[in-house]
Amino acid sequence: MQSTEVTPRRMAASSSETLNPGRLVVALLLFAVLMAFLWGGFVFLRDAQRNDSVPKLLLAVLAIVWGVAGAGGFFYTMNMVVEQLPGNARRLLTPFVFVGPAVLILLWFLALPTLRTLYLSFFDANSIEFVGLNNYVAVFTERTMLTAFRNNLLWMIFGTAGCVVAGLIVAVLADRSNFESLAKALVFLPMAISLVGAGVIWKFIYYYAAPGQTQIGLLNAVVTGFGGQPQAWTTLVQPWNNFFLILILVWLQTGFAMVIFSAAIKSISEDMLEAARVDGASEVGIFFKIMIPTIQGTILTTTTTILIFALKIFDVVLVMTGGQYGTNVIAVEFYRQLFTAGDNGRGSAIAIVLLLAVIPVMVYNLRQLNRQEVF
Amino acid sequence: MAAAAATPARPTRRTGSAKRQQLIGKIVVNTVLALICLAWTIPTLGLLASSIRTRADIANSGWWTIFPHQQFVTTGTVDLPRETDLRQPITLPAELGGGTYTADQITAGVTIPDGRRITWENRRGRVVAIQGTQWGANTNFTLENYQNVLSGRKFTYIAADGSEKTEQGDDLWGALLNSIAVTVPATIIPILIAAFAAYGFAWMRFPGRFLLFTLVVALLVVPLQVALVPILRDYVNLDLNGTYMAVWLAHTGFGLPLAIYLLYNYVSQLPRDILESAFIDGASHFTIFTRLILPLSMPALASFAIFQFLWVWNDYLVAFIFIGNQPGVQVLTMRLVDMAGSRGQDWHVLTAGAFVTMIVPLIVFFSLQRFFVRGLLAGSVKG
Amino acid sequence: MQANAASISQELADAFDGKLKGTTVTMTGPFVEADEVKFNASVEEFETLTGIDIQYVGSKEFEASIKIQVDGGNPPDIVDFPQPGLLATFVAQDKVVDVSEVINADWLTENYNQSWIDIATMEGGSGPITAGVWNRVNGKSLVWYPKAAFDEAGYTVPETWDEMLALTEQIAADGDTAWCIGIESGAATGWAATDWMEDIMLRTTSLENYDKWVAGDLLFSSPEVKAAAEKMSEIWLNEEYVFGGRASIVTTSFGDSPTPMFDDPPGCYLHRQGNFITSFFPEGAVAGEDYDFFYLPPIDPAFGKPVLVAGDIYAMFNDRPETRAVLSYFSSAASVESWVRSGGAISPHNDSSLEWYSNDVDRKVADIILQADSVRFDASDLMPGAVGAGSFWKGMTDYVAGTVELDQALTEIDAAWPGR
Repeated sequence: MQSTEVTPRRMAASSSETLNPGRLVVALLLFAVLMAFLWGGFVFLRDAQRNDSVPKLLLAVLAIVWGVAGAGGFFYTMNMVVEQLPGNARRLLTPFVFVGPAVLILLWFLALPTLRTLYLSFFDANSIEFVGLNNYVAVFTERTMLTAFRNNLLWMIFGTAGCVVAGLIVAVLADRSNFESLAKALVFLPMAISLVGAGVIWKFIYYYAAPGQTQIGLLNAVVTGFGGQPQAWTTLVQPWNNFFLILILVWLQTGFAMVIFSAAIKSISEDMLEAARVDGASEVGIFFKIMIPTIQGTILTTTTTILIFALKIFDVVLVMTGGQYGTNVIAVEFYRQLFTAGDNGRGSAIAIVLLLAVIPVMVYNLRQLNRQEVF
Repeated sequence: MAAAAATPARPTRRTGSAKRQQLIGKIVVNTVLALICLAWTIPTLGLLASSIRTRADIANSGWWTIFPHQQFVTTGTVDLPRETDLRQPITLPAELGGGTYTADQITAGVTIPDGRRITWENRRGRVVAIQGTQWGANTNFTLENYQNVLSGRKFTYIAADGSEKTEQGDDLWGALLNSIAVTVPATIIPILIAAFAAYGFAWMRFPGRFLLFTLVVALLVVPLQVALVPILRDYVNLDLNGTYMAVWLAHTGFGLPLAIYLLYNYVSQLPRDILESAFIDGASHFTIFTRLILPLSMPALASFAIFQFLWVWNDYLVAFIFIGNQPGVQVLTMRLVDMAGSRGQDWHVLTAGAFVTMIVPLIVFFSLQRFFVRGLLAGSVKG
Repeated sequence: MQANAASISQELADAFDGKLKGTTVTMTGPFVEADEVKFNASVEEFETLTGIDIQYVGSKEFEASIKIQVDGGNPPDIVDFPQPGLLATFVAQDKVVDVSEVINADWLTENYNQSWIDIATMEGGSGPITAGVWNRVNGKSLVWYPKAAFDEAGYTVPETWDEMLALTEQIAADGDTAWCIGIESGAATGWAATDWMEDIMLRTTSLENYDKWVAGDLLFSSPEVKAAAEKMSEIWLNEEYVFGGRASIVTTSFGDSPTPMFDDPPGCYLHRQGNFITSFFPEGAVAGEDYDFFYLPPIDPAFGKPVLVAGDIYAMFNDRPETRAVLSYFSSAASVESWVRSGGAISPHNDSSLEWYSNDVDRKVADIILQADSVRFDASDLMPGAVGAGSFWKGMTDYVAGTVELDQALTEIDAAWPGR
């Protein structure tokens, strides 16, 4: 019997180690046809919308067809081409067929602009004069930026913890309850509300009116109902106003964590859980000793995602307080510098600092990647 | 003994007290969940309530007043001497308990010893009101906000020749269609590309794997505003500006890091045995991907589809920069923000607007729910 | 209008001759909805006569999007700037076409008060240029009051600042708060406080000092500016004078703040704000009966009765004959006549007519502006964005909210000036 260490691929590949020119030509032709299709479709869709010659919905449907067929066809034909190549070339190129398009797109849309930003961060406001590290010095010494750093830390710790814990609890409870769909829909609902709507919603919760005036904000109405004094929760109650804003984030983003955890929990085999129950484990025990370890990877991913989101937090703060009253965060300051003050240098420096701040998170994730065994 | 040899126990073999425990557990779970859901829904409820109230009502009373509640009503008044100095503590007449309070305390409302509540009826006229409680509900409802949002508002203006004209503002339907046309392709295309990349990172060895994956995770944090100017320049050169294609590509680019990251997490946790058996059977990477990985990843794909759909649907900045704001092409978010008026004077319209725009994402969410099914992996390992 | 088109510019004459038929001019600006309808109505006649299609697109994210569009190489043809300071940034980058090469200088001098032309002159890459034409303006040195209740309580309109303070004190003694003040405005919170500062500066110091302040030569921490802030604090920080007290100032939106004025009995009697605030008043409030305004009184008679104004300046980014024609059109009152008639706009053009104004309030404001002996533009709109739309707003908000002391606030505002 063969050793289990044999790499399967060698067995399968032995049948076509040599190059087959005929099929390669066919594959290349197909690839060329596909490229023509992609380019033609691209031009057609672009112009059709300009000239308004095709109704919008039809245009959208055509775009989906073009995109899916194009992307799918691209991968298919590329793969066909690569498969006709000799074994070594194939082994080397196949991963790039899979990963290539994504990397190229990312390069164009995100990586190159980031490099440009790095470049601009060493220049002055109008990007004319080289100023070295001046922008960075300003970033780390200005009062507003220091407040922003502190606040982002608060967002990252409490916001992430809130979302992950709440999401996990809801996912597990919903799984066992009688009204799972409804519960998940209700917790998910805030994500569907645009930020404009969310701003209005929380305005009705945090609104401040002077003592004696009618309170139209829920929180102050409850507080005065119990005999307390109304407070300006998001503005004057410093620094606790940050927590009231973080609450908004938890309300919005728990749905995200819940959806992901829900999918992960569903993939835990029921047999394993039943076996544990038979052995006398309590539900709480099962939760901590079986479920959490099994979906550990998912918890890490979700925490990372929300952590990064908290690092980038922008919309909520801008809409609710504009970054004032000690609630400033890095992304809002970045926006102010880049667009309001028109300072390309300072704004770019802030963006780069944001990128650097994510390094510890990345390092941890990459260690997990390394542990993964691949083919 | 029997337990050792038995297959996994079935519930019917449990004792009566275990059954009761199970029932209690169920009740606890359902109650806690219900409370959480209530807490989550209250803010939205506030918005719903506000959307059916008039503008004046929204500004003057809390939205919960639409429910029956105890409210204070004036049952009588007492006149204080007209020269009472409001800056000094005021001593109330004997019929009101004779206590001393400041004018501000009376403004906030004071409960006098005999339990009645007093406040100012007319501060200027030095009239004090005695208040009692009464059940009431503010049920002055209106569908005006929804009408304005759905069919546009009427604007009147005076033309140069002096005549008065009325024009119907734009409604939401056009923008709704535009939003759908922008969002659906921008959701599907990135998922496809990301799925391939996720599989590549998860299960293939190639030089630069580490480096490229680092790139992907790092790019998660880039604020998309830094990309807007360079991309716009490129689009101008490609003559892509103002088309939906521009936004589809942009959202693909912006959404890929998260998509790859999330899908990678899921794909990398698929049982190794399944893939190994497929290799042994002579499948290529591509076949494994299309026949095994894609179907097995449906929950993850569906999850991400929901998020990407939501993000593109609710996005404002990217759509504005790359498409513009002409009535023919503007998307729902822009329409909604515009409806609040040049200076935001009509923000109460947003209450209804937010609900109307929420409907489509919710439909998407519900329709993708069915992919979250337990046991997708059960039985997929052969032998 | 067509008759003297040639005296404005050659392209405008060509347009009326039909030579530019079928062309398109793109425009952008911050106004939307009702205002957009009025704008379209105003240019409709021009479009029909010349065959030029003017496509306007409004945006609430105007300042961010215009920067991206200009930097990205894709600016619209004509842009409406409510902040000349923002336009100045683009002029410094040589992105804006010099109006003096498009429109005859004589016409500009004839149709505009010299102040408007001065403010439109900005520093380009190779010397000063005329950056744009003013199309609409609004007046800011106005105090609104609930006329019916005001008269009934026996108050009279104050003619000097001291009289206004006495009136405030009187109202407090009577048991009410005199002023309604609110500065909340999302990301722009604090601009209403800067308006007060500017009005007081005009009344307590010379026009030269005001101009130096705008240019950055007079620091915020200088005695003149500090004195203005202290004058403002006499009213703002006195809990008895402001509806809802000091805490309400930063939490109440500027648009919601005058609402108590219309209660019965009024929660406040005075509200200082620009004339656009009427669109926030309750529907059904009648100008002249339910509300009226008086001119914000002078403080020091030596500085006369200055008027603080703001407005929209239209600038050109892409040079083509049809763009020139449209910009030339905007320099004449005909381009805004319909909007003025519908209410919500005041024309700075000398060839406008007072009888266009449909209600007395608008007409009175227009009259004040046209008759003013000294007019100065809103300083925060003229200053560089980092200050005018940044630290000035934030500094004032922090000071009023009690986060920082006045001296520190003023120093921080100064520190944000570009180049310091």
